[in-house]
Amino acid sequence: MALALQTFSTVKDANAALKATGTRYLGGGTLVVRAANEGDVSISSFVRSTEPSQSAITVSGGTVRIGASVTMAAIARHPDLGTLTRAARAVGGPAIRNMATVGGNLFAPTPYGDFTVALLALDATVSTDGGDLPIETFLAKRDGSHAIVTSVGFALPPQGGFRFLKVSRIKPKGISVLSIAAVLEQAADGTVSAARIALGCMADRPMRAKAAEKALLGRKLTSDGIAPALAVASEGTSPTTDPIASAWYRAQVLPVHLGRLLLGQVAGMETKA
Amino acid sequence: MAKVPVQFTLNGAEKAEFIDSGTTLLHALRDKIGDTSPKGGCHQGTCGACSVIIDGELRLSCLTLAETCNGAAITTTSGLSEGGVLHPLQRAFLDAFATQCGFCTPGMIMAAKVLLDHTPNPSRDEVVEALSGNICRCTGYEPIIQAVLTAARSNSQNAA
Ligand SMILES: Cc1cc2nc3c(=O)[nH]c(=O)nc-3n(C[C@H](O)[C@H](O)[C@H](O)COP(=O)(O)OP(=O)(O)OC[C@H]3O[C@@H](n4cnc5c(N)ncnc54)[C@H](O)[C@@H]3O)c2cc1C
Ligand code: FES
Ligand code: FES
Repeated sequence: MALALQTFSTVKDANAALKATGTRYLGGGTLVVRAANEGDVSISSFVRSTEPSQSAITVSGGTVRIGASVTMAAIARHPDLGTLTRAARAVGGPAIRNMATVGGNLFAPTPYGDFTVALLALDATVSTDGGDLPIETFLAKRDGSHAIVTSVGFALPPQGGFRFLKVSRIKPKGISVLSIAAVLEQAADGTVSAARIALGCMADRPMRAKAAEKALLGRKLTSDGIAPALAVASEGTSPTTDPIASAWYRAQVLPVHLGRLLLGQVAGMETKA
Repeated sequence: MAKVPVQFTLNGAEKAEFIDSGTTLLHALRDKIGDTSPKGGCHQGTCGACSVIIDGELRLSCLTLAETCNGAAITTTSGLSEGGVLHPLQRAFLDAFATQCGFCTPGMIMAAKVLLDHTPNPSRDEVVEALSGNICRCTGYEPIIQAVLTAARSNSQNAA
């Protein structure tokens, strides 16, 4: 059955149209058109907005705003977003990255949502016409959300302060076994003064590793220093089993990969130390 | 259901059609316009056989709604040969035995064309990365990678 597409020039009008049953917002379509192709009969029509602000990236005074319709490819090639290139390039192959939007990634279920893992570590704010939400709150409530996301915003971490790692079986492109993003601040003596660690594929959506964050405070990024954080890395996780990996396997390898990320032992990764 | 108009250029020629709203570009190209070079392998974004170039970017036509392409410039593999002379990529795929059943070939060639348009002398790793969204189930990837590298070399020789 053919599906209708309604295109609006403003988010406001698109939001109004989305209230009808069976309508879904259309970002890049890599998940939602795929679902329709697979026969998801809950979708009867698509709504999209072409408001230009949704396709804009602005970087000013250390603050970044990325419109929800911006693609992973556009982020990866943006001269001021070098910090995020690795995370944007972690999403799919070249054609997928030309289509996959930030807005869609925020709704992508595990094992997807790699870029959202980065946004969660960056403590991003998710904006809709109705207001702004911290990303953690947004993720917790996203299933019932019908509001169109217009943009995400966050403060750019200092050079080398952001780390990202995706583990997949197929290189260079493959679905995540897991992904990890971390924003770390270190005092002059090298001890960790603030840490935000986000995990992908360790629950049905990206989550924070709060116990590990806490255990890192005041510790140095050495094998001994990070050991307590690795010991509690899986706390609160409930990884899924899918064709890529079992829940057991994901839980086993999480501390290994978190350790590599914290010690800067990931090929091509830039760290301050 | 009411039909909606779509208008774009396909391989340089103006195309205008009335389609059912929500029709994928793959369906519109193959079944309405008659360009069967993009193939429908999975309709899930996984195989890359439906790859086309839209405004210079590689896209998956199975996940793109045709209406979103109004005003766009679309390139498919059927538009590459000129006056019966194969494009260097097509020639290289034939010469290097990089095509067996041929089902993945138009998608592979689209992915390779975008790469060579931006990076005329790619490294092997860059070729692997560029083809990473395309699956081949019979030839094997090595001849395909070699064909792309050969086409790049013949392009740069012709340019010299
Ligand atoms: C072959 C393949 C490989 C993939 N690999 C990866 C991968 O490695 N990593 C990864 O993270 N993902 C991957 N994905 C999943 C997907 O491509 C990405 O998550 C992408 O970012 C989704 O964005 P989209 O714009 O295509 O979403 P869409 O399909 O357009 O939308 C997804 C959902 O989000 C909603 N939505 C979209 N935008 C908005 C908005 N602005 N406001 C409100 N709701 C919105 C839609 O209604 C829909 O429910 C892959 C997909 C495929 C097909
Ligand atoms: S048919 Fe489009 S990716 Fe397979
Ligand atoms: S040539 Fe048959 S799938 Fe590639």
